[in-house]
Amino acid sequence: MWEQVRSNQIRSVILVAAMGILLLLVGFGLGYAFGNGIAGLVIALVIWAIMNLVAYFQGDSILLSMSRAMKIGPDDHPRLYNIVEEMKISSGLEKMPDVYIIDDPAPNAFATGRDPTKASVAVTSGLLEKLNRDELQGVIGHEMSHIKNRDVLLMSLCSVILGTIVILAWYGSRALLFSGGGRRSSSKGGGQAQLIIIAAAIILMILAPIFAQLIYFAISRKREYMADASSALYTRYPEGLASALEKISSSTYQLKSANQATAPMYISNPFRQKGKAATDLTSTHPPTSERIRILRSMAGGSFADYESAYSKVHKGGGNIMPATALVGTETVQFRAPASEAAVGKPEPGRMERTREVSDLMWQKSGYKIIPCDCGTKLKVPANLGRASVKCPHCGRTHNI
Amino acid sequence: MIALWVVLGIIGLLLIFFIFTFNGLVRLRNQVKNAWAQIDVQLKRRHDLIPNLVETVKGYRDFERATLEAVTKARNVAQQAIGQGVGAQAKAEGELSGALTRLLAVVERYPDLKANQNFLALQEQLTSTENKISFSRQFYNDSVLNFNNKIQMFPSNVVAGVTGFKQGEFFEVKAEAEREVPKVSFEPPKA
Repeated sequence: MWEQVRSNQIRSVILVAAMGILLLLVGFGLGYAFGNGIAGLVIALVIWAIMNLVAYFQGDSILLSMSRAMKIGPDDHPRLYNIVEEMKISSGLEKMPDVYIIDDPAPNAFATGRDPTKASVAVTSGLLEKLNRDELQGVIGHEMSHIKNRDVLLMSLCSVILGTIVILAWYGSRALLFSGGGRRSSSKGGGQAQLIIIAAAIILMILAPIFAQLIYFAISRKREYMADASSALYTRYPEGLASALEKISSSTYQLKSANQATAPMYISNPFRQKGKAATDLTSTHPPTSERIRILRSMAGGSFADYESAYSKVHKGGGNIMPATALVGTETVQFRAPASEAAVGKPEPGRMERTREVSDLMWQKSGYKIIPCDCGTKLKVPANLGRASVKCPHCGRTHNI
Repeated sequence: MIALWVVLGIIGLLLIFFIFTFNGLVRLRNQVKNAWAQIDVQLKRRHDLIPNLVETVKGYRDFERATLEAVTKARNVAQQAIGQGVGAQAKAEGELSGALTRLLAVVERYPDLKANQNFLALQEQLTSTENKISFSRQFYNDSVLNFNNKIQMFPSNVVAGVTGFKQGEFFEVKAEAEREVPKVSFEPPKA
């Protein structure tokens, strides 16, 4: 059941290799058009290696700072921190990932970090406001699976290849168009053959990024299904993730800090468009409605249950899970939803959650929060320059 | 000559298979041990939270003594059960869970207490600790299932048999009370 990490998913490996070959092809084709195929190959590999190093050592901090994520501790938002820890335990992860929060009303979340010992989970404030405990748990379980299965490493490997291809093709095609193909074009004779080579190179430059992107999307979608299945297994409660996805997809906010490069990291595609065809090749994520349908038709919490739910929704098609993950798994019982299981624990409502997150955001931007006995919460900026402050409602004075 | 090489090759392959299977079994056994350690960490956390909880609740006038004492007693029993085997510990912890659930159900009748900031923070920690205990138990049982499957199934069972791997024990909740969700009554206590 926990073997899926080790059973190196052969299909993913083949797809990554295909992207690599595409990269070599682009490099070689470009070099060939300029007169030296091997030189082009070397340049492509050098660019790729540099980008890989940057992505490996700096990728997570670049992503986190680009999305303006703030790190939080166990006391800042106890519920979120506890849920991350719960999912860390149920996934059997060795080290607690860092928890980040992004001030953005669009509900979304992502995981990053090159290996399970150096991982981070980031959620937006919109997500914390909208989701209850079970739903949040489902989302965090999904992210935890990305960490546990080393999806982040795989996806950054792929996006680096994709990025290199795009860069090479962009500069290459322009160089070809404007220089007319390097020094060969100045020599006389064989003009026709020359033209054909340049035309072929230009076509390659145009098609390669598109193919690379399609492969990238295919890998990404597969990992999303895997993560959904793992979340159901970790939480034993697929309804949590299903209803979270429903809430996330019904939101009309667009994530401010996301861009094309970071899109596959999020739990739900930040660039979804309404009314788009259901099975879309050009998406990093499977259609949300389909993910919800699969989760809701699961009969138990195991990978085998996800597999059969998937083929039910897809009318026969299946094979989403690696075969080794299905060995020796019987149907796993669901658990009860948190609101029923935890007696005497009133689930905080939408309003309370919004207040909680808003207070946290004030605190994170340097404000001090002083609760007044009349129920008002005073938000005091750090550089107020006074020793005490008066409550605007009841007039009590508070020391800062 | 060829026959000799074939025989040597087969022996070599068997040896490689043996090594890989053995290492796989060791890894799974370590995972089981590790998962057990995780449960212990969470159980200890719960034991540490209970004195806090009792202190917070004690301050409230005429809070049911019997319920509080039951929790304290169950905690002491659970602490003594540490190191007395999976079965004994599971039983004691199951009873502690039951006592805690009853306490939290009783709290429903005290609106002041429910609004107390200290108590609310404590309640989040308690709820989460309960979740963490059940998730670590879940991971432990999954690990044991995995390990036992490997020990029982062919061909790894041969290696396990020769090297003497023993099956792991599941952490099962004996106290039925813990599984049932107690009905919370919102009626005031009868005088």
